[in-house]
Amino acid sequence: MRYAETGYNLEIDLATGNIERVETDPKMMELHLGGLGTAVKLHWDRVPPETKPFDPGNLLIFSTGLFNGTPAYSANRTIVSFISPQTGLLAYPMMGGFFSSELKYAGYDKIIFRNKSPEWVYIWIHNNKVEIRDATHLVGKGAVETQDLIREELKDPRAEVAAIGLAGENRVFVASIEQSRSSASRGGGGAIMGDKKIKAVAVRGTGGVNLARGPEFMAHLKEVEAYINYRNTNPLPGVMTILSGIGSPQEMKHYDEKWHTESFVWGNARRRRKDFWTKDIEESWKKTQKEAIKRYISCYNCPQQCGALIGHKDTPGYMMKCFSKLTYGMAAYVDDLEFGFEIAQRAFEYGVDSFSTPQILAFAVELYEAGILTDKDFEGCPSDNAGRFFWLLDRMVRREGIGDVLAEGTYWAARKIGKGAEKYDHNTIKKHEQMNIKLGMLDPLYFLMYSTNEKISITQIEGNWPQAAFPNREDREAFVEDWPQIPDEKFKQYFLDWEPRGEKSNPYYPTPQMCAEIVDWMEMLHNIDDALCICAGMASFCLKPPYHIHNYPKLISTATGMDVDEAGLKKIVNRSRNLHRAYNNRLGMSRADEKPPEDHWRRRYPELEEELLTTYYTYKGWNYNGIPTKERLHELDLDYVAQDLEKRGLYQDGKDQKENQDNQD
Amino acid sequence: MAKIKKKIKTIRIEADKCNGCRGCEIICSAYHAEPKYSSVNPAKSRIHITTHRLKNIWLPVFAGEYTPAECMGRDTYIIDGKEYDECSFCRAACPSRDLFKDPDSGLPLRCDMCEGEERPLCVDWCLNDVLIYEEREEEVEEQVEMADVQAGVESLIDKFGLEKIVNTVARLAQKD
Repeated sequence: MRYAETGYNLEIDLATGNIERVETDPKMMELHLGGLGTAVKLHWDRVPPETKPFDPGNLLIFSTGLFNGTPAYSANRTIVSFISPQTGLLAYPMMGGFFSSELKYAGYDKIIFRNKSPEWVYIWIHNNKVEIRDATHLVGKGAVETQDLIREELKDPRAEVAAIGLAGENRVFVASIEQSRSSASRGGGGAIMGDKKIKAVAVRGTGGVNLARGPEFMAHLKEVEAYINYRNTNPLPGVMTILSGIGSPQEMKHYDEKWHTESFVWGNARRRRKDFWTKDIEESWKKTQKEAIKRYISCYNCPQQCGALIGHKDTPGYMMKCFSKLTYGMAAYVDDLEFGFEIAQRAFEYGVDSFSTPQILAFAVELYEAGILTDKDFEGCPSDNAGRFFWLLDRMVRREGIGDVLAEGTYWAARKIGKGAEKYDHNTIKKHEQMNIKLGMLDPLYFLMYSTNEKISITQIEGNWPQAAFPNREDREAFVEDWPQIPDEKFKQYFLDWEPRGEKSNPYYPTPQMCAEIVDWMEMLHNIDDALCICAGMASFCLKPPYHIHNYPKLISTATGMDVDEAGLKKIVNRSRNLHRAYNNRLGMSRADEKPPEDHWRRRYPELEEELLTTYYTYKGWNYNGIPTKERLHELDLDYVAQDLEKRGLYQDGKDQKENQDNQD
Repeated sequence: MAKIKKKIKTIRIEADKCNGCRGCEIICSAYHAEPKYSSVNPAKSRIHITTHRLKNIWLPVFAGEYTPAECMGRDTYIIDGKEYDECSFCRAACPSRDLFKDPDSGLPLRCDMCEGEERPLCVDWCLNDVLIYEEREEEVEEQVEMADVQAGVESLIDKFGLEKIVNTVARLAQKD
């Protein structure tokens, strides 16, 4: 019997209609756990780097994690992986909601799609019965409405459906996959789904997920539950509201948006409005939000309520998550929160990423104001900020007129438009729109997180380490006193010594070595979460979370039956992490790609940045070019990866290792 | 029949507080697995959340007695502007739906208030206080408790007829 995982993947060839239920090798769980780990392994084995995003050979994989379907709180993420049309690298956006557990109960750990369907289809998975069904009648329907239409058609209200909207159908590079109260947004999974002509995937399962040592697992989970209750009643003092609790920033519950609206930049990631949050704005936004929210809602088996059902005036109902209520309004310079609730409904039905899309639209407005785009490009466009955004959004998802180039994101659009438009693409890393933060002083930790992580978007790489130094020593002492989540005691001292100003402050403190250790900790925990498909909001994305490196091994061991300790768990996720790194190296990613935009921070330190990168690479066991060394890969039982990289000439005859060594000396 | 005092255990449901996490289904199925906590399967749970997310419907219902009859004429109800199917409120396993029936055997499931535990575990597991455990004493007519076994046999009789079930039981008894 297999524990925690089902032991079966579903393989669907869309060109031939062939469907197979394939037993997986139990060894894969020992080597890569599940979720992101085993997904990366599948891509490595089966998708060579010559594959382009819209080639039939680009696999689209929906992965559950090891803990989906178990009683583990907040194990509800689904990882969707593919070579991204936007970045050309392996993307893995995640969605919460209800899909993964249902897929596990249907008896599958993953759905692996290959090739393309000749006609529009949706997939119906009901335990052992799997059908490819005609979806021509659903073409053009919204990503949210499609979910209900399919449930009605199947006469199964309990079917969970992941669907794309018009944006995915039209292969918009920032198209998302929408499901229940969640979306897999970053990197264009909707475009790949659309390219394969899959309108939706519906699943219903009535089987079970087994636990190896159930009663022990429940006992450990009780401790997690006690901590959740404790944290919910004891918010952390001294940090901004959204960081004080657990969950994925509970935007729907919080009304206080002073921090986001004044710290993040408006428009096309351009300008901070440091005095935006007035009493009037606060009252009006609170009223709008209160009226719009019909109910707070959670994902599967999660006690938090990070999402909400929205019924804003005449806008059809939809479910909102994260901070999409702000992204469009801030990008469009619309001060009224009502606009945020109105445009988000249309955007979710179209199925677009609510971080990238507003920036792309603001980029278009900026180009128009600069005379690079003309009246002809904007013919028929309303002149008010809100109207312009609705108009541009419509064009973009339909790929009409100027929308056709905007559909490929700021990086590619800028290059297609030319005439100096490239200068306005100033907030992308690896061709992907980043959070709209433009600050004064280089932040060494964020420099590394932005630059080097395979997620490419910063939004969920950060987490356990506080975002800023605490001004008072007493507050710092109080903070470290109760901090069982840290992987090593030394981090307490790092934090105690960290000052907002002076010698021990950004950018020279934490030191490059400390930064490497801290970022490695963040990344390690994210990689565990992504293998288990636990929501980062209950682990890697939060300060002092319920799940951490000290209780994860116990939960994994009792769930799966394989005995894993902390060192063993770290090794497993390091293995998957380095495999992912090597995969992206194979796709062409190197040191030259690992840098934040020039104006990301006003004060930059080129030498220090180089040192940070080199120190981090060395700490990770990567060479000067950011490629895992043969030695590192050997330690992680990845000799076959080293051989492949060597065969492809990525090591340049050992020159890179030497350069790295010289740098250290 | 004589009247006796009986402790009635029940769960009050405050549906408006439900955030739809389905945690109650998970813990119920894990607790009732054989052996306990060896697996999770919400389809075997004795509590279910009926959901129509965009209509703001999240309604936890726990399993009551088995009923042999499929209801005729299902009405819909509109409460606070939300449209519910009549079935949404029903706590019975019945031939017309798969709710509250074991997906493997097809036999009906009934909430036993997690017999042996202090309180039903779904109540403990729900961190949003949607499910509230209540006990009260009532005078009821003395009668034989309908055990799960009896409910199961009754459903089999409905399905196959009394004669077939009797013959099967007799045959099985002979084998032993």
